[in-house]
Amino acid sequence: MSAPAARPLVEIRGLRKSYGQTEVLAGVELMVAKGEVTFLIGPSGGGKSTLLRCINFLETPSGGEIIFDGERLCHEDGNLFHHAPERVLREARARMPMVFQHFNLFAHRTVLQNVTEGPLVVQKRPRAEVEAEALAILARVGLADRASFYPAQLSGGQKQRVAIARALAMRPSLILFDEPTSALDPELVAGVLDTIRALAEEGMTLVVVSHEMKFARHLADKVHFVAGGHIEESGTPDRIFDAPESERLKSFISSILA
Amino acid sequence: MYDFFFVLIPRHMPFLLEGALVTLEISLLSMVFAVLIGLACALGRLSGGRVLPRVIAVYVEIWRDVPLIVQLMVIFFTLPQAGISLPAFWAGVLGLSLNVGAYLSEVFRAAITSIDSGQRDAGLSIGMSRLTVFIRVILPQALRIAVPTIGGYFISLLKDSSLVSFISVSDLLRHGTILISNTYRSMEIYFMVAIIYFVMSSVASIAVRMVEQHLTPTYLRAGAAKAESRRAEAARVPA
Repeated sequence: MSAPAARPLVEIRGLRKSYGQTEVLAGVELMVAKGEVTFLIGPSGGGKSTLLRCINFLETPSGGEIIFDGERLCHEDGNLFHHAPERVLREARARMPMVFQHFNLFAHRTVLQNVTEGPLVVQKRPRAEVEAEALAILARVGLADRASFYPAQLSGGQKQRVAIARALAMRPSLILFDEPTSALDPELVAGVLDTIRALAEEGMTLVVVSHEMKFARHLADKVHFVAGGHIEESGTPDRIFDAPESERLKSFISSILA
Repeated sequence: MYDFFFVLIPRHMPFLLEGALVTLEISLLSMVFAVLIGLACALGRLSGGRVLPRVIAVYVEIWRDVPLIVQLMVIFFTLPQAGISLPAFWAGVLGLSLNVGAYLSEVFRAAITSIDSGQRDAGLSIGMSRLTVFIRVILPQALRIAVPTIGGYFISLLKDSSLVSFISVSDLLRHGTILISNTYRSMEIYFMVAIIYFVMSSVASIAVRMVEQHLTPTYLRAGAAKAESRRAEAARVPA
């Protein structure tokens, strides 16, 4: 919670994203410190997911600056928007994998192959080492016995834990979560949240888009309220949930609690 | 009856089977080229360029709207005018591959676009290049969806290839007509030709079904089989 003196892992300044005439992000300022758990909350359509997808360049921003671990991924020079070459973006992505709302496991690969795909194909690490590590990670998320299953044979909660294992196998600096429990049956949510909590406790840096307010409150170091294409209010969970300042946040929180 | 089984069949079968071999060769070769053409055209159309997708769309449209026999005739009689002399066999291969390739390009395109964009996102999010995502994530899943339809086109091709007999390729049907003009036994010879086509097509269907089953991984055999058949339906383009 206390801001470390070191440079933030992610620095975002004036980030904009438009689709045609529609401006989805209108100048976002966001810092994520190493080891910090950041939650992005807010009404749907407010830009949370787009913000998350711009951080790792799944969506190309329209303007602004992103610096990840000291490396500038994009910036503006006068009126011109530049971004780093594709290779640099790829390397950055590999260090901040994303966990998706709909899991997006590779349907034609087993659980183990899903987890080893990145380390083998992208990082080109030796197979024996990668597989041993993958099995250890699967054990950590409680799925060691599912290694040879296909995604279609798993429950939603299991799929999401495989997706987390796939992200972990990249030895990431940061994991992005895009509504990781929104597509799950209620009884499966807890298992996934426990897995995320364990990561946070180990000091992994997390940026989470979520509607699980209770979870955000317990886990977050910082909560950002995203609405209308920018970050409207930021603070500790207690501050955000107990003493909201803006009208928008107040009405959002009361609508959530209602 | 005695005459048919014990005289005509032993006497003419070898010559017909020789033709059947050519039918198989021309069908298999054409299929290989058609798959390559179809895949290349599907990629070209999905490439997002300005000119290429339109050029390919025009090719597909023309080739689907002109009867195959006319296409074969045009190729066979036009190429020599253009100074390209192609043996009838290869003119046939060219005509059949361009024709089936046009259909397959739509099959591949439908199969590729049916893969959820989340698969692409997932590949990119672990640092894969777009090309790697396509080769390792999209294509293997798209091919599995397309295989039954491709198999169906192959079985049609096996039969439609009989049209190359009209541009003097010595295939099964042509060998039949040659025999008929020598023996005047139209009914019996056509009967034999029909039987050979039937046997080849049924064996091909069985083979296609086996390949299909082999390619369908466990994850699709049980519960997801329904979803798979729905996706195959989406990939099936009416001929």
